[in-house]
Amino acid sequence: MNEPATTDGYLLLGAIAVPLVCSILLSATGRKAKGLVRPLALAGFLIPTVIAFMLWNTFSAEASGSGYLFMTQADLGLSSLGINLKLGLNGISMPLFLLASIVGLAAGVYAMRGDDENKHWYLVLLLIMQTGLLGVFASIDIFFFYFFHEFALIPTFIMIGLWGGRERRYAAMEMTIYLTLGAMLSLLGLIAVYTKSGLNSFDMISLKAHLAAMPLGDVVQQNIFALLLIGFGILVSLFPFHSWAPRGYAAAPASAAMLHAGVLKKFGLYGLVQIALPLLPAGAAHFSNMLLWLAAGNVVLIGLVTMTQTDLKRMLGYSSVMHMGYAFMGIAGFSIIGVSGAVLLMFAHGVSVALLFLLADCICRRTQTCEMPEMGGLFKKTPILCGFFVAASLASIGLPGFANFWGEFTIFVGLWQFSPAFAVVAITGIVISAIYGLRAVARIFYGPASAVVQDNTIEDLAICERTPAVILFVALIAVGVFPKLISDDINMAISDVYKAPVTTVAEPVVPATTQDISNHES
Amino acid sequence: MSPDYGVFKTFAEANQWLAIWPELAYGTLALLLLMLEVLFPRYKNTLIPRVALTGQAILLVVLAATIRRVASPDAFGELLQFSVTGNIMRVFFAACGLAVCYIGGVYLKRERLPRVEFFHMVMVISAGMMLLVQSTHFIMLFVALETVTISLYLLVSYCRTSVASLEAGFKYLIQGGLSSAILLFGMVLIYGSAGNPLLPGTAGDPLAYSDIRVFFELNAHNYVAVIGALMVVSGVCFKIAAVPFHVWVGDIYQGAPTPVTAFLAVASKASGFIVLLGLVLGPFLPLAYIFKPLLAALAVITILFGNIAGVGQQNVKRIMGMSGIAHAGYLLIGVVAAFSVEMAVSAILFYLFVYMLASFGVFSVMAHVSREDDSIMLLEDYGDLLKDNPFLGSVLVVGLGSLAGIPPLAGFMGKLILFIAAFQAQLYVLLGVAIVGVVISISYYFGWIKAAVFRNPEVEPVHSTLYIPSRTMRVFMGVLTLLTISVGLYQGILSFVF
Repeated sequence: MNEPATTDGYLLLGAIAVPLVCSILLSATGRKAKGLVRPLALAGFLIPTVIAFMLWNTFSAEASGSGYLFMTQADLGLSSLGINLKLGLNGISMPLFLLASIVGLAAGVYAMRGDDENKHWYLVLLLIMQTGLLGVFASIDIFFFYFFHEFALIPTFIMIGLWGGRERRYAAMEMTIYLTLGAMLSLLGLIAVYTKSGLNSFDMISLKAHLAAMPLGDVVQQNIFALLLIGFGILVSLFPFHSWAPRGYAAAPASAAMLHAGVLKKFGLYGLVQIALPLLPAGAAHFSNMLLWLAAGNVVLIGLVTMTQTDLKRMLGYSSVMHMGYAFMGIAGFSIIGVSGAVLLMFAHGVSVALLFLLADCICRRTQTCEMPEMGGLFKKTPILCGFFVAASLASIGLPGFANFWGEFTIFVGLWQFSPAFAVVAITGIVISAIYGLRAVARIFYGPASAVVQDNTIEDLAICERTPAVILFVALIAVGVFPKLISDDINMAISDVYKAPVTTVAEPVVPATTQDISNHES
Repeated sequence: MSPDYGVFKTFAEANQWLAIWPELAYGTLALLLLMLEVLFPRYKNTLIPRVALTGQAILLVVLAATIRRVASPDAFGELLQFSVTGNIMRVFFAACGLAVCYIGGVYLKRERLPRVEFFHMVMVISAGMMLLVQSTHFIMLFVALETVTISLYLLVSYCRTSVASLEAGFKYLIQGGLSSAILLFGMVLIYGSAGNPLLPGTAGDPLAYSDIRVFFELNAHNYVAVIGALMVVSGVCFKIAAVPFHVWVGDIYQGAPTPVTAFLAVASKASGFIVLLGLVLGPFLPLAYIFKPLLAALAVITILFGNIAGVGQQNVKRIMGMSGIAHAGYLLIGVVAAFSVEMAVSAILFYLFVYMLASFGVFSVMAHVSREDDSIMLLEDYGDLLKDNPFLGSVLVVGLGSLAGIPPLAGFMGKLILFIAAFQAQLYVLLGVAIVGVVISISYYFGWIKAAVFRNPEVEPVHSTLYIPSRTMRVFMGVLTLLTISVGLYQGILSFVF
């Protein structure tokens, strides 16, 4: 199992290690060498992005189907338990790896503005988070997949608690407890896959091969899938496990919200697409109806709740919960086109929601409030900000020309084949998101100018706000106009994984041995 | 007539004193300290602590280096059995003793208490615990246990000027005495039944583990003997503070001097677990039909009680007590899993090590953030700790994070390996309870972290006396913290437990 790592494999490892190294250097030097803070942090965000684009370039050229490329492996002392650090990318993880690097760069650049005394600690945490995010999507070992997720999650809590907005102490606690529950449940599910397979390995590739040849029994699959669905569901804010999200995002500092809503939240969906569905097809089939109902709850109920919000950041939090419903619907259909659409939407939504959180923070700092009814008339003072916000809102509604459109479109097509009724329900979501999206634009930028806007000189987007916005905007448009950039990789990987028909085979044999303590001591 | 030296020769050879060299070395070191105090009273606060710490550090290194060298297993008749597990636990207790002495140094200096006796007793206890976990004979078990317990009575009431410490010592004496009595009574019942010539499989030595096991294999339903076994296990459960044998924890953890609380929470608990494992997988294995469900039930109530009772606590010593109860519950899952899965024993050992690293980290911070009265340590004293002293703050956060089981810290790996073992043993209900417990525990661990890290604008921080750690303490705490982080990232450091 020890393939020699290629140069590209080391590049992948490097992409994950660079932010971590930069964060360590930054925490060591940050207080004394103020001049080093920005270059170091920028290097930590920029180098992985460059590597990600290089890898993506090679990846598209090689077109290896569902296979993994850029593999590299290291033993961290638990190989006796089948835990090895094993990295690599396939068609599903490649776009998400790219997403993590792009959003990370944008969030990092945005975080560099200002001269706060503790700025370097903020950047250290952000870099640690970036390490985790890149690691999640590059892990072939299921254990490290989980491990990197937590690696990224912990800094989020700290950032909310220290730099968050109002109710931060409460929001940080609530999020910690809720997400720990979700993470624990999914961990149990992953351990269950590990033990039940009888393979004594967390390696996703060997697990897939093994379980394709000898699937687990139906009941076992259903139980494990239920654990994973609820665990991942909490992490992705599946209805009715979503209540942490709006409050958490409203309290979170902008860069943390961008990375969490944009990238980290995709962990659960990615886990379902990459692990749960291929390994436990019978379990997925059993729960697909329930998942559809819950996802419809996300789209319609949360959509309606979103319409009533007056707080801009909280509205964005709810809208991100709502859009996750589409992704779940794509997955529930269990069709190649639906799941591909879900992955595409994960990418598109990640970029667009990060852009929205970025712009929302710019708006709230300018108007000194997050209450939309108290805003107004910002268009005259900040036309560029307005342009970006309108574009991001339209993208999030799903207008053609933006990446989100392709994701939602393919999901609806896949869903129509599975259940036309739910497709209709999903499409009403578009109307709902158009209502709150456009109303937000109207409230913030048009109408009579509020007192704050009237009396103060308000600058348009500064360079450190404009750069990340442009990065994200270009990504949205590029994939929106030419989705083939990432959809070919996704499609190839998904058709390879999901072509296998759902079959059921007898219960696996779990070796149960009774040994006493003395055997251990030999 | 010339004397028969052959007798002495046989005695010397048969007993292989070299096999217990670590315990002997600890005893010698302990006595050496007392002697040094008599000989050089002037240096009692400089030379002697240094001798104590250096001596223990050297012993720790030597023990760790020779961890795979097991003395011939049946030395001392059947009193002791040497094994790799025993060697691992020797390293564990050596590390515990050293850590308690470090934390004790801070505490004793502040309270102006004599140090030599403290170090002396810590070493005696370390040696006692090493013997305790290797004993395979009830006489040895009881003698070692009493060595440990009686020294602990003294240590708990070590601060003679503090009412809380004296009260705790008194309470520990009464409750510990009760548990010893129960344990002893259980042994007597087993002795009586196993030695009964009317029963099949009468034991030649009704106190030796191996003979008792043979007896129980033939008489698994002899109710007198079974009650005896239950009483023995109850006595051990007192040590590990499993519910319902946990009543002593709150008051005694709070009243005892902080380093002694750490000793109770880590070393005493660990020794209890190894003894419990040795008992239920050794002489009492034929009684698995009782002990497996019983310990599973204990695990459930222990986890739930520990975590729920931890939530409302304001005194951090009590938080550590309740969290210690919860950790005992997780470890009990490991014990139940050990009935059917071999790897569970490794999981328990791994968990004990990471628990030790994290706990001592937290306790050493507690020793520095203290009021005049050591028994009153409130959450509010920790306000803005990270800002006032970033070093102490980060040691605390890493320690608590590891106890809470947050990746990438070592505590998470401990829980993960334990859960894998439980999964392999198919203990799904226990796993569910453990998950609930872990989620509840987040609220008090993070409540503590929140108090220390996140500024609360509404409450003015109470600045309790903050003791600035000395350079030695910085090194010590830094090592603990680094180990906690690096074991989380690279578990090969603790590969010797597998």
